[in-house]
Amino acid sequence: MAEKFLMKGNEALAEAAIRAGCRIYFGYPITPQTELAAYMAKRMPKIGGVFVQAESEVAAINMVYGAASAGKRVMTSSSSPGVSLKQEGISYLAGSDLPAVIVNVQRGGPGLGGIQPSQSDYFQATKGGGHGDYHLIVLTPASVQEMADLTGLAFDLADRYRVPSMILADGTIGQMMEPVEIEETEPHLIEKPWAVTGTQMKRKHNVINSLYLDPEELEQTNIDRFARYETIKQNEARWEEYMMEDADYCLVAFGIASRVAKNAVVSLRAKGIKAGLIRPITVWPFPEKPLAEAADRVKAFVSVELSMGQMIEDVKLATGSRKPVVLCSRTGGVIPGPDQIIETVEKLAGGR
Amino acid sequence: MTTNILIAGFGGQGILFAGKVLAYKGLLEDKQLSWLPSYGPEMRGGTANCNIIISDEPVGSPIVFEPDILVVMNRPSLDKYEKEVVPGGMILVDSAMVDRKVERTDVRAVYIPATTLASQLGTPGLANMVLVGKLMKECPELAGGSIEEVLHKVISARHADLFESNLNAVKKGMEY
Repeated sequence: MAEKFLMKGNEALAEAAIRAGCRIYFGYPITPQTELAAYMAKRMPKIGGVFVQAESEVAAINMVYGAASAGKRVMTSSSSPGVSLKQEGISYLAGSDLPAVIVNVQRGGPGLGGIQPSQSDYFQATKGGGHGDYHLIVLTPASVQEMADLTGLAFDLADRYRVPSMILADGTIGQMMEPVEIEETEPHLIEKPWAVTGTQMKRKHNVINSLYLDPEELEQTNIDRFARYETIKQNEARWEEYMMEDADYCLVAFGIASRVAKNAVVSLRAKGIKAGLIRPITVWPFPEKPLAEAADRVKAFVSVELSMGQMIEDVKLATGSRKPVVLCSRTGGVIPGPDQIIETVEKLAGGR
Repeated sequence: MTTNILIAGFGGQGILFAGKVLAYKGLLEDKQLSWLPSYGPEMRGGTANCNIIISDEPVGSPIVFEPDILVVMNRPSLDKYEKEVVPGGMILVDSAMVDRKVERTDVRAVYIPATTLASQLGTPGLANMVLVGKLMKECPELAGGSIEEVLHKVISARHADLFESNLNAVKKGMEY
């Protein structure tokens, strides 16, 4: 077993990216993700990697486009306002089928918002934050350990499907320290015959491009890409179920909200109310299956979020609104306490 | 067994570092734990606080809503968090910095002029470590273990020259 270290979520993510074979990082500082960039700045020069503090978030994401085109494992990170700036580049990555990892350590919005934790970029991350028909694979760590574990996975999935993936974290998970074990494993690097690496006059040149002036060709490209998305939906949805076996009330929460929700489940059970939690680990693809199945058994769902209610729409879609779905949330950088969740569920239970 | 600790004071008083010492202590004892700082502008001069949870079980929310142990290094922190402490919990006050007593009677109040004691040692900035020492003396759940080993973990090699002064400050708190 590897030794356990105390690390901040942002640092664990950075170290895990390096262990996953990422040697190229482009970024621009912003609270609350700056430790990630700082870690990369410190480590990359020592291991033959590249750290560039770009002149802007827009520049950083376009540098990612370049490195990804060359078939390299590459990462950029930011927080909400900075991730908005990156959206054009993210759409181009998706349109060019380029694997890359984008990290969003979310803070309150809209606009410059605040610097405290938030989950209000859910729509942006899962519904296509830039223009055009596309998706990202979106992973939502709920602990420092998952900041590490899901980062390796994000690179692997991005490479396997040629789809950019996003780590959708928040200020709390980024800033907190917990014991973490980062496995010393060989990165799962795969051949990328499509990459632009120089033909050495031995093969036809590769083209990385997202421009299709012929509408039929663009349509077909999108249809083909969505067939790949369908495979991802079938194979890559991930979630955790907590005390769901006999649950009457199903909390749905990811990231930091799921940590508070777990406390609420324990307290509710102590009060004789059978609560459980489904924690999406991927929010795209959204774990529709366990929610659809839970809709047969539970009395109601509570979507616990740090937003005005965004994931709740996916909960309603996944459950076909067969059971009531209510929102329990705080926003703007405030985190709901277990009491707020307990009250919400008690109200539902009392109203039977 | 889960211990929820909240340390609060001004930015610059070593609030986060004191929390780190407790967190590493938990790590060395193979406990589950979380350490959550306040971050942002308040780190430099405003109010700063640090949430530490040390537990035998996996830690749920890393946010301490109801501390078992509250450590306050200034008056605003006592005013703000006194009411949040669980009944039967403990409030440790740096009495050199806080000019009032704990009002609640259902918690244990412990006073130590940590900043004065640290100044007597010639290291006024180490009141935080005096408080750590006092915590280890007063709280059975934080007692035991080797503080030397913890400090070796927390203090980076670059700052190894600060080891002795930190250790002395902890000992001062333990002896008080």
